[in-house]
Amino acid sequence: MPATPVKAPAGPAPLPGRAGPGTTEPKDSPRRRADRRRRLVALLFLLPALLLLGALVAYPILFTVGRSLFDASGTRFVGAENYTAMFDDPATLKAIRNTAIWVLVAPALLTGLGLVLAVLTEKIRWATAFKLVLFVPMAISFLATGIIFRVVYEQDPDRGVLNAVAVGVHDAFDEGAHYPTARPKDSTVLAKGKDGSYTTKEKASPGNTVNLGLVGVPPKDLPKDAGPARKAADATAHGDELRGVVWVDFTLGGGGKPGQVDPKEKGLPQVAIEAVDAKGKAVAKTTTASDGSYHFSKLSPGDYSIRLPARTFAEPYTGVEWLGPTLITPAIIGAYMWIWTGFAMVLIAAGLAAMPRDVLEAARIDGASEWQIFRKITAPLLAPVLGVVFVTMVINVMKVFDLVYVIAPGPVQEDANVLALQMWLVSFGGGNNQGLGSALGVLLLLLVVPAMIFNIRRFRRSQS
Amino acid sequence: MTALSPTAPSKPSPEPSSKASSKAPSRAGRPGPVAWLMRQLSRGVVQLILAVVGLLWLAPAFGLFVSSLRPDQDNASSGWWTALTNPGDLTFDNYSALLDNSGIIDSFWNTVLISVPATVTVVVVASLAGYAFAWLEFPGRDWIFLAVVGMLVVPIQVGLLPVAKMFGAVGLFGTIPGVILFHVAYGLPFAVFLLRNYFAEIPKEMLEAARTEGCSELRIFTSLVLPLGRPAIASLAIFQFLWVWNDMLVALIFADSQSQPLTVALQSEMRQFGSNIGVLAPGAFLSLIVPVTVFFAFQRHFVQGVMAGSVK
Repeated sequence: MPATPVKAPAGPAPLPGRAGPGTTEPKDSPRRRADRRRRLVALLFLLPALLLLGALVAYPILFTVGRSLFDASGTRFVGAENYTAMFDDPATLKAIRNTAIWVLVAPALLTGLGLVLAVLTEKIRWATAFKLVLFVPMAISFLATGIIFRVVYEQDPDRGVLNAVAVGVHDAFDEGAHYPTARPKDSTVLAKGKDGSYTTKEKASPGNTVNLGLVGVPPKDLPKDAGPARKAADATAHGDELRGVVWVDFTLGGGGKPGQVDPKEKGLPQVAIEAVDAKGKAVAKTTTASDGSYHFSKLSPGDYSIRLPARTFAEPYTGVEWLGPTLITPAIIGAYMWIWTGFAMVLIAAGLAAMPRDVLEAARIDGASEWQIFRKITAPLLAPVLGVVFVTMVINVMKVFDLVYVIAPGPVQEDANVLALQMWLVSFGGGNNQGLGSALGVLLLLLVVPAMIFNIRRFRRSQS
Repeated sequence: MTALSPTAPSKPSPEPSSKASSKAPSRAGRPGPVAWLMRQLSRGVVQLILAVVGLLWLAPAFGLFVSSLRPDQDNASSGWWTALTNPGDLTFDNYSALLDNSGIIDSFWNTVLISVPATVTVVVVASLAGYAFAWLEFPGRDWIFLAVVGMLVVPIQVGLLPVAKMFGAVGLFGTIPGVILFHVAYGLPFAVFLLRNYFAEIPKEMLEAARTEGCSELRIFTSLVLPLGRPAIASLAIFQFLWVWNDMLVALIFADSQSQPLTVALQSEMRQFGSNIGVLAPGAFLSLIVPVTVFFAFQRHFVQGVMAGSVK
């Protein structure tokens, strides 16, 4: 620990043991005076740091440990009661459980993703730019990250980008538009099935035209490209074609006749339509065009009924509730990954760059596959770096506060709660139980200590 | 030890990897056209994956930036990506409104008034202590240093309550100096640890030569140790500055409404998130412009500082 004692000089800088009180110098010898002066100088250099650390770090630890043994008001000694209360109080228990999830999930994910990206960046020329992009979030506050991700996770698919993507992907596999309020004008034409679909009561054959009038579609639900249905309704069907329109049987301002496609009435676009044979099997499917028209061509002769599947009348898919009670913790972990993946990647990439290239080369020449090289050489040599990333993340994750506080909307804060947040809530945020708050602080300290010791040892080693 | 820039060893130079890949097919004999094609393909796939990941990383912040340039009613009715098709609708109105918002601007200056002194104080106090621990002789030196390093493990949560009570008693609670003092105290263990280790690497002969010439310790400290320790001091300063600038937890407790920094001021706007994007989005950019500038200006020191600071 003392700084490089290369040689033992008799001069002005004696080694530690030499200057101690065991020396046999006479009092007030020049040497003793020089020693005393040196100690005074050292004290002056150290004083500001020691005062600050003593008053604001060392003393508070003792205070917090002591305070954790007293009740909420601080007047009654309760022993370990606060520590047992932690596991009885549902909110605190939830916080402990969520912190456990964080510790189990986030460090492993980050280390894994960092490793994969670090390996991949070795193969590209723009690695520096890539690392830059992933590292920048490290400079940004948790608050700014929280704001950024509140927009990402916004529930309304018209505003939140993640749900916009989710809905886009969902709708790509889900044909047809949704008109949740639509219903048939005339229930003698269309009968409602058990599943919410509508089927024509009368059978139709190729060569027929079947027009289906719906009502209850508010103008805001009607797509802008919806066109008048009259022309398509009047067209005649070819021999093997079954056709018709699905239209809004309602003339704005009145004057239309029920059951008739009046000139102003519009077709309903993107409605899913099925032709169902006598056995109840859908033999053909299509969706209506912008004027509401549909047609099935090349149907084999026979009787068919026309069905409007239930999904047309269901509420449209609106995406995932990211900030709801069930997904809130994974969602916040996602935002956390956005910040820390760059850190993990850069640290692991530095470890990779320090790999002995000649060993890897030799292994390749000997015919080892890339996977073998990774498993037998790269991974073992990289293990210490991976350990450092993992442990650092464990420490960080245990203390996570801001991100949870910022991203979780008020009503789900309880579901997202973590140890550091609960500690804050209990002592400052209205809980007003400083005894329990102090106990949570001590718990946090105890949890962090082993990981910190590991990290400091590693840092010492890397320095020497 | 690590940096993103090409000067650092972490840079995966194209040379070894290209050499590696040219050797790769050797187990299959001569590198045939099929092997060559496979290699180009796999390289293309890697490029594609990383490009997608890079875009994924840029998209959230870019989205907020576009949102910050849209009027409130646009943000309320449609997503930021719809603005990409008609960029003419983007305006700086939110930003000019933000600059007229005295609450936000005051809190921005509070952030500056907290971060700069907290950084300078930590650097000065820790340099002095680091030098003493590395090069001055006094009894119990190693034990005291060990105690300081031990304080590295203390989460700030442990200190919040007692220090809040203490500051309350002496009238520092709610003030900017109180926030600064807390940040300094909890920044010190790491700072002393880092600088002591760096200063200890200074060749002993240099210091002894200065001492035999009769230089005072203060003079050795200012004219020899500080200049030599500049890289470590720079990394430390950047790390500490970012830490304090981005802090919310400490300020949430120790700053009152007069002295609250930007993070706390913006946090209080989060309650009506949907209707406040016009303030929150440009506010977030106001708060991140300084650290991101620091990042690009001092990339190397930034990365080193963050890496070293990760023990915290």
